Formats: sequence, structure tokens, C-alpha cells
Amino acid sequence: MSVTVTAPSPAGVRGARRTGAAPRRRRMLVWVATHALAIALALMFLAPPLFLALTALMTDEQALTSELWPRTWNWENFATVFAKSELLRWTANTLLYAGLGTVFMLVSSVPVAYALARFRFRGRRLAFLLVITTMMLPPQVVAVPVYLIWARAGLTDSLWPLILPMLLGDAYSIFLLRQFLISIPRDYTDAARVDGCSDLRTLFKVVLPMARPAIAAVALFQFFYCWNDYYGPLLYGGVAQEGWTLSVGLATFKAFHSVQWNLTMAATLLVTAPVIVLFFFAQRVFIEGVTLTGVKG
Amino acid sequence: MASVSHAAPARPGSPRWRRGEGLRALLWLSPWLVGVSVFFVYPLLATVYFSFHRYDLFTLEFAGLDNYRYLLKDPRVVTSAKNTLWLVAFMVPAQVLFSLAVAQLVTMLKAGVGLFRTIFYLPTLVPAVAGTVTFVFLMNPATGPWNQFLAVFGITGPDWFGDPAWSKPSLTLLALWGCGNTMVIFLAALLDVPKHLYEAAAIDGAGAWRRFRSVTLPMISPVLMFSAVTGVIYALQYFTQAMIASRVASGATDSAGSNFIPGYPDESLLTLPQWLFHVGFRDYSMGYACVLALLLFGTSMIFTLVLLRQFRRAEESS
Repeated sequence: MSVTVTAPSPAGVRGARRTGAAPRRRRMLVWVATHALAIALALMFLAPPLFLALTALMTDEQALTSELWPRTWNWENFATVFAKSELLRWTANTLLYAGLGTVFMLVSSVPVAYALARFRFRGRRLAFLLVITTMMLPPQVVAVPVYLIWARAGLTDSLWPLILPMLLGDAYSIFLLRQFLISIPRDYTDAARVDGCSDLRTLFKVVLPMARPAIAAVALFQFFYCWNDYYGPLLYGGVAQEGWTLSVGLATFKAFHSVQWNLTMAATLLVTAPVIVLFFFAQRVFIEGVTLTGVKG
Repeated sequence: MASVSHAAPARPGSPRWRRGEGLRALLWLSPWLVGVSVFFVYPLLATVYFSFHRYDLFTLEFAGLDNYRYLLKDPRVVTSAKNTLWLVAFMVPAQVLFSLAVAQLVTMLKAGVGLFRTIFYLPTLVPAVAGTVTFVFLMNPATGPWNQFLAVFGITGPDWFGDPAWSKPSLTLLALWGCGNTMVIFLAALLDVPKHLYEAAAIDGAGAWRRFRSVTLPMISPVLMFSAVTGVIYALQYFTQAMIASRVASGATDSAGSNFIPGYPDESLLTLPQWLFHVGFRDYSMGYACVLALLLFGTSMIFTLVLLRQFRRAEESS
């Protein structure tokens, strides 16, 4: 661990206007110290993707050396990855899993979150506790019987065991949406109800328009979760490469191209890039969504 | 969990549209209730049932307590428990403290806060498999840049992912790199601390460290607690990174039916979820896998209960 940040002084440095003792010089020092540290740290955070990209562009021979800068820029590596693996197939599978999974999750989880946040009924808290419990327990706990359910249905060796359950709600998304929906003032929904709106109409006309940022965040999280998921596709993707997702394919990639780090890194880059691009379009949604998970607990 | 006080049912004096809300709620919740029953409650009961049986997907025979007896003799359970304990004792605190330090650093910046926050958050988005493959490459002793970087300071780096003593610290570095989510949560909490508290403390002559200890820490302690407990829960399910690091570093292919035992080097990265996966879906000892699942369930449940208490406190205070 090369970077240790010790005893950071709190945000209140700004407010700490002490009389005497050369405050301006002190503030300058703090400014330099915090910014230099942040810049150094940022470079450490950016180094892995940088070396990843540099190696991805090396020739086979150079990737075996310890040189860091590509002697020639070998852009064909990306084409080689496509040619030598089922990357397109894996991408299609991943998109199917992430896309359908997200749509199914939204259709099923929004109504549940709405009911948990707005209806008063016996066992409401128990239901919420159940949401948190299923969200927190490791998926491996129930892995064997769930696998057997799908095996009996003849659906192992496909991604359906991961996609179909999304039609029955997803605990993490329900939790997040519920946390957001309870923050919508009750007056709005009550007013709509008094005016004679049905539950469904209240949801569509009043709640959903207000909940758009939360729904966007949950959808993005779900999409990313599926895109990155390794455990699920490993269990159900099957042995044939045609059924794999990008995660499973990438995990096996190096074994087939054992010493070719340049190709492995090119494949890694191809798997990662779409996620990063999507993030730059939806940065605010993300950061606000993450904040919601931790703070409004 | 049993002592939950229920929300009051619709009282007679409540508005007409409130009546029957229980039934309507049931209707709205029904898809999810089906889901919980089929994919959670039933499997949990089935896990208990299978744990008393020998089951290889084809023949099911009663085995009594054999699977449980085997648990006590299985050296890999001890190994994976030790590895998990290491993660809980070192990786989780390291990640929480590091995230807090980074978040604190970001609050102190006067320029480019958004840019720095983005840079520190980005690694979180990198798929777990991709991040792990990258780190195994970066830290590979022969050609990886990490040891070359250390050499600049005259440090001879170890064989990170190939040395049992260093494999878990290597994964911890990966976890620190991916601290973005926790960092963003801490950042929000830190920015929520009322400024006037710091000003009052400063007037009282409290130094920077004193203000951090007496103002910041108490104000953010619920968030700190939340992160620590969820960190432990995730450490208990630690699977992908450990499995990929083992595979890529060893060059083994773990296809169905292969003899590859996860955890390379020297089972130092063998975690309980991985051992469960191997026992159940590579060796097809479903019964014994269910015993391991129950072990995982019990441990996770303890921490989940701690978390639930936190929630209840937060809900009551809001």
C-alpha cells in the first residue's frame, strides 16, 4: 500500500479562522498538501486502466517483456480478439441478460416499492424486513435448490434462470425505490386519492413522474449488475461458449491465450469500455443513487 | 425480527379510500411474495432437507448427520473460514477507512471536486472480472508495471498473486481501488455535517484532529456503521475476485469436471462461497453443499440482524 492518508483534517479548515499565527500561509500549505495528495492519489487510481490500454496495444513479443510503452501501436489486437473469441456472441448474451433483466425488474419492483412505501397494512414492517433480509443474504445460500428448480424446468445452460426471476421483483431495487418513495410527501398521493384516483392512476400520474431520478438510478444499477455479474452466468451459462456472457468469457480468456497479455488486456478493455461510456452519460444519476443507498438508511 | 410492531390497520374513522388498503397492498405485493416463496423460503427449507441427504442430482438417499459430521473433518472449511476471517479483519476495515480518508480529502479540495470524485468513483464501474484480470497483470512479478514502480523506490516487490502470503493483501489493494461506492456515501455524509458545528468547535479552540473526532465522527457514525456491516456481509459472499485471481494467476481452466481446486496459491484465496460452488456444482455433492450453505446462512444472518437493528433505529428517528 503506497498511499496512506493519515489524520485528514476535516472540512472545517475553511471555517477555522484563527487569529494571529500567519493564517494565510497556513491555508496555502493546506491547499498544496491536499491537492498534491489528491493528484497523486488520482494518478494511482488512473494507472491500472492506463497500463491496461498500453499493453492492449503491444505486439505479442513486446507483451512478454517488461517494457511499458508500446513500440508500435498494434491496433489489430482488437480485431484479433473478435476473430479468436466469441466476443460478439458474449456481448449479445450480456445485452439480453442486462436489458431484459432491467425491464423485468422495473415492471415488477416499482409496484412493490410503491405498496411498501404508501399503503398502511398489517405486516408492512415485516415485509420490509424480508426485503432487507433477502437483499443481504448471499445468493449461494439458496443456490442448490434454486439450481434444481431450473434443472427440472430444463432451463439450465441458458440465461433464463437469471432473467425470469426479475419478473417477480428484485430485493435491492425494491429497497432503493422504497427509500426514495417514502421521501415523497404523503400529501401528494393523499390528494390524488381524495380526488378519486385509483391506486394505479396515482402511481402513474403522481408517483412515477416524481420518482424518475430514482427509477433511472435503479435501472442503471440493475443493468450494471447484470453486465458485471459473474456468479450467475457461471452457474447457468453452460459449458458451450455460445451461452456465455462477457464476464464468463473474459474469465476464461487468458486460459486459451495463456501468455498473450496483450490480447487479454484488449479483451478486458472491450468489456470495460461500454460501462465507462455509459457512466459519462449518466454520472449524476449514479452518484445520487449511490448516495441514496447509504444515507437515507 | 419477531418483535415487529405492525402498522395500525385502517381505523373506522379513516377516509373511505384508506379502507381495504391491506387487501390492495396484498394485490400489489403478490408477484414479489410469489418470488420470495419460490426463490427464498422454499429453497431455504429445501436446503435444510437436502443437508440430511446424499444427493448427486440423480439419486437421493438419506444420510442422517453424515454431511454435518464431514463438515467437522473438512480441512477446506477451516481454510476458507480463516480466509474469510482475514477479509473481515483486514480488508473490510481497510476499505472503510480508506474510503473515509479519500472522501475527507475530497471535501477539503477547493478546485475540481467533481473531477476528483469521478476519478475515485470510476474503478467501481469496472466489471469485477475485468478489474481482477487487470490487477493480476499489473502485479505480475515478471512483466507487470507495479513491481517496476516499487523498484524505483528500491523495493523488491513480492510475487503478489502467486504467493500465499501476499494474495489476500493483493486483493485488498484491488478492493481499495474499487472504494468508489463507499467513498461517495461517506462524501455525502461528510457534506451533511452542519458547518456551524465546526465553526463552534473552532471557536472553542478545537484543532483539526479534535474536530474530526468530536464533530465529524459522531455525526457520520450511523453511515460508518452501515458501511462496516454491509462490508462484512459482502466479505462473507466474496467470490468473483478471489476465483478470477486464482484462475488467471494459476493459468488453470476451471471447466465442469476439471480437478482444479479453487484458491490458488495454496488455497490462500479459497472462500466459503467458492468451496460451496466447487462441492455443489463441480463435484455434485449437493447434500454437503447444503450444509455449507447453512453455515453461510447462519453467519450472514447474524450480521444482517445487526444491520436490521440499525435500520429500525434510523426509521424510528426519522
